[in-house]
Formats: sequence, structure tokens, C-alpha cells
Amino acid sequence: MYLKQLIVFLENREGRLDNITDILAKNDINIVCLSLADTSEYGVIRMIVSDPEKAKEVLKAEGCSARLNDVLAINMEQKAGSLNKLTKTMTKANINIEYMYTLNSSKNAGSMVLKCSDIEKGYAAAKEAGFDLVDPDTAYNM
Amino acid sequence: MIWNEARECMSRDEMANMQGARLKKLVANVYHNVEFYRKKMQAMGLEPGDIKGIEDITKLPFTTKNDLRDNYPFGLLAVPNSQIVRVHASSGTTGKATVVAYTRRDIEAWQECVARDLVMCGITKEDMIQVAYGYGLFTGGLGLHYGAENLGCMTVPMSTGNTKRLVTMMEDFGVTAIACTPSYLLHIAEVIEEMGVKDRLKLKTAICGAEPWTEKMRLQIEEKLGINAHDIYGLSEVCGPGVACDCGFHKGLHVQEDHFYAEIVNKETLDPMADGEVGELVFTTLTKEGLPLLRYRTKDLTSIDHSPCECGRTTPRISKFKGRSDDMLIIRGVNVFPSQVETALLEIEGVSPHYLMIVDRVNNLDTLEVQVEVDESLFSDEIKEMENLTKKISAALQSALLIAVKVKLVEPRTLERFEGKSKHVIDKRVLVD
Ligand SMILES: [Zn+2]
Repeated sequence: MYLKQLIVFLENREGRLDNITDILAKNDINIVCLSLADTSEYGVIRMIVSDPEKAKEVLKAEGCSARLNDVLAINMEQKAGSLNKLTKTMTKANINIEYMYTLNSSKNAGSMVLKCSDIEKGYAAAKEAGFDLVDPDTAYNM
Repeated sequence: MIWNEARECMSRDEMANMQGARLKKLVANVYHNVEFYRKKMQAMGLEPGDIKGIEDITKLPFTTKNDLRDNYPFGLLAVPNSQIVRVHASSGTTGKATVVAYTRRDIEAWQECVARDLVMCGITKEDMIQVAYGYGLFTGGLGLHYGAENLGCMTVPMSTGNTKRLVTMMEDFGVTAIACTPSYLLHIAEVIEEMGVKDRLKLKTAICGAEPWTEKMRLQIEEKLGINAHDIYGLSEVCGPGVACDCGFHKGLHVQEDHFYAEIVNKETLDPMADGEVGELVFTTLTKEGLPLLRYRTKDLTSIDHSPCECGRTTPRISKFKGRSDDMLIIRGVNVFPSQVETALLEIEGVSPHYLMIVDRVNNLDTLEVQVEVDESLFSDEIKEMENLTKKISAALQSALLIAVKVKLVEPRTLERFEGKSKHVIDKRVLVD
């Protein structure tokens, strides 16, 4: 029900991101989507990849700080107000959205990756509000 | 001018006699009143009566910073606490402070030494001095303060911090002398320049110490500010600033050796070394009552010269320091050991002990950055958590080291690029002439 998100710690300097994508490419791992949170000195890259466990292992083997954590992925209607409906749902349930980024977006539909202050409550609130959650395997193979 | 000609210009023979008499009294005192020394001497088969003159000092046991730490806080005192009137402390290697204590007479002797040093720098009771060392547990502020009062100077206890206010007062009051660390003085010089008040200042003398500096830096300060700059040396274990100071001829620092007997020993064999040879500086506190120390190893490397100085003083001179025989750093006048960083990091859950200290001098102020490797158990996908982590590490280091620390998180294994496992420090400050 939850999605495994790959997170990697990076120093904010030349070539570090390239190093990560290099390792993933060499190991035939597809990056479905990513979001980079950065400060002037370091950043954290958050990714949905085709094989999270393997990605973590190969990165760790290369000396990178990498681990997995759980996030929600929610299908969204491609129309005005759909994101607002989601944020309202979470606010009403007293859940803080730590961050979100696009999992997939096309002309007819979209999906978002969501990190909630409480993932169980977030999951329940989304379900109750009638949101359709993305199946992990579907997400990994997008 | 010489503050105490009877002592500072004593003939070598007279001085040796006086030191011999003081040493005999000191040894009897520590033997009877400090268990640590009694045990050490008994283990060496030594009795107070074996010490007949200053030349017998080499028979006595050494004391190290570890001994002070092992007897924390008051185990080495030779008098009951009721006779102590002041305590100072400096940070220790493993987080515990090194505590020193003074009787009223110790404080008086300290004030006397600082007054001698100030006069050696050309300062008189007509001068107005700003003391811009930190006031508090650190010996710098109060040490210089009471010495300056003893001499009769109009003394302004600035402490450190607000440099603009310091310069404003320097101008408004007509301050003629300043005591602070050399790096802080360079910073003050820049602020003076920025404020454009240099021509309106009456400053003519600076007494700098508490951190190593070169002759080049001294000359740079003199030129920048159009003043005389002097080097004052001391360490809290022995007393504080005032143990030695350089006169107007700048040919080494005169040691106040009627109070502090200086020896230079080979840092490995601990054998005495001749004048001019570089070795570890060792002090015996001939007159201290509260915390008397036999042959305290300073870890500072230098040489000594017993020949009379052109200024007329006969007290021996130690040369500017050539380095340390341990890994201690002096940052903004504060003693810092890499092991303190390691201990502090290990106390924070999940933080790896892989670190690198980068010491630099930015705008003439020492800075310390500690790079800490971040492993997967430590980092978060949320920046606010990362910022909390940085703050937590920086607060822990700051409370352990007593100086501001900038923490930088780095990727694992990146620190290995600095060759060698034990390479925990990069000191970018240029101290070479
Ligand atoms: Zn001299």
C-alpha cells in the first residue's frame, strides 16, 4: 500500500548528482521521478525507482548514504481543484504534508508522491475522501 | 622603565640562591600537603631533604595536564579550600575542565608579574588600557585586568564582542594601550580602518597573547596601527598570562623566573637541554600556594637564553614558540584538542566519529569548521530534520569546546581524501614567518 522511496544524501558540489545517476544507470535502474531538496551545502534527493531495494544496495556499495522510506502515491484528476481537494483532506485530518512531488503527469491524469507527518493517518484520510492510491508495482514500472 | 629592578635585574647567582631557597620550601610543602606529590616522590625514593638547591630540580618528578585532570577538581591543592580566593578553568582534553585555584598571595604574585610585563611593554600608570580578553573562567581577562590595576592604569574591562563599541570608546576615552589576542587585534585594526578613526586614536601599545603568532604578524600589527606590539605568554596551569613577556628589544620573552622556574627538556627523553636548543618548556611554580606544580610540562616547544638582555634585565628569555609536542590547537585563545570533538560527536546518537576540523583565519578571526560524515542512519529526507541535526551537533561541540563551531555535513568516506587515518585537523592559518 505504501511506496518505497529512495533517499540519498548529497553534498552540494559539482559531480555529486552525476555520480548517483551513473551508479543507477550502470545497474539498469530506471528513475521514475525525483525531487531534490537542497541547501547551500547539501541536499537530499528523493526518488521513485524501478527497483528500490537494489538501488539502495548498489548505492551503499558505492559508499553513498542511501536508504528507503515509505510514502504515499495518489492518483489525481487532471483538472482544476484536484490538488486543492487533496490538501483540504489532509488539513481537515490534521495531517501535515512534509513535501510532495509529481509522480506522473499526462494529458488525462496525474499522480503525486506525498510525505505525510503520519503516513497511516494520511493513507486512511485519502481513502476515506475517495482518492485512488497508486499501486507500488505500477509506480515502479511507470 | 623596570617595575621591579631588584628582581628583574638580579645577578644570576643571587637569583639561583633565591630560587634554591624557594624550591626547598616548595618541595617540603608539596611533600607534606599534596598526596599526589608525596606518593610520586616516595616512589622515586626522594625526600624533601634531597633538594638542596635549584640545581637539584632535575631530580624531581614531572607533572602533566593528565595529572591535573586525574585530580579534578581540587585534588592537587596544597591548602584548604577556605584559603582559596579565586578559581579559573580551561577546557580539558576529554570534556572535563582543567581547574586552577589561587590564594590571595597567588593573586598578588600574578598581579606583580603582569605589572612587570606591562612596564616591560612601555606602559606606565599614566596609560589607559582596554582589556579585550574574555572575562570569566578564562585567565586572560581578569589576569590582565588586575595586573593593569596593580600598575595603576586606568583600566577598561571591555572583554570581547562588540568591536565597534570598543573602537568608539578607544577614540572617546583616549585609550593608549590594549590587551587582547593578536588575531582579535588585527580584526580591531580593520574595524578602525572601516570607521576611519585611526588618526584620532591615541593608541600606542598592544600586549597580545593567548595564541601563537609570528614575528611577521607582530610587525604587521605595528605597521597597521602605528603602535608597539608585545607578546605576553602564560598558561592557566602555571598562573595565567604574565609568566613571560617580550621587552622593547623583542629578542625573546623574559620569564618571571623568581616565581616560575623554566627548564627546556628533550620531549622524548626529558633530559635537560642547553641554551639555544629547542625542546619542551617545563615550569616549576616556585611561589604558588594554592596549586603548586613541580616541573609542569607545557607541551610548548621553544628554546631559552640566559644571557643578559640589552634592556638591562637578567631574567632568561624564551623564544617564540616553535610548535606543540601534542595535538592541541589554540583557536581564538581557547585550547582545543581533536579528542574533544571526537568525544562530543560520539555522545550524539547516530553520529559517526568521522570528522575533520578545519581551522582558518577569516578577517583575522580564527574560525573552526567541523565536517561530519553523514551515514544512512543519520540523514533525513526532510531538510528541517537535517537542520535540526546540524544545530544539535553544533551546540554539542560548542558546549564542549567553548568556541563557536560551524558544522558541515558531508557524504560518507569523503573525509578519507585527506591522507592518513589520524588526519583530523587542517589548520589553514599561516603562522610561518
Ligand atoms: Zn629585554
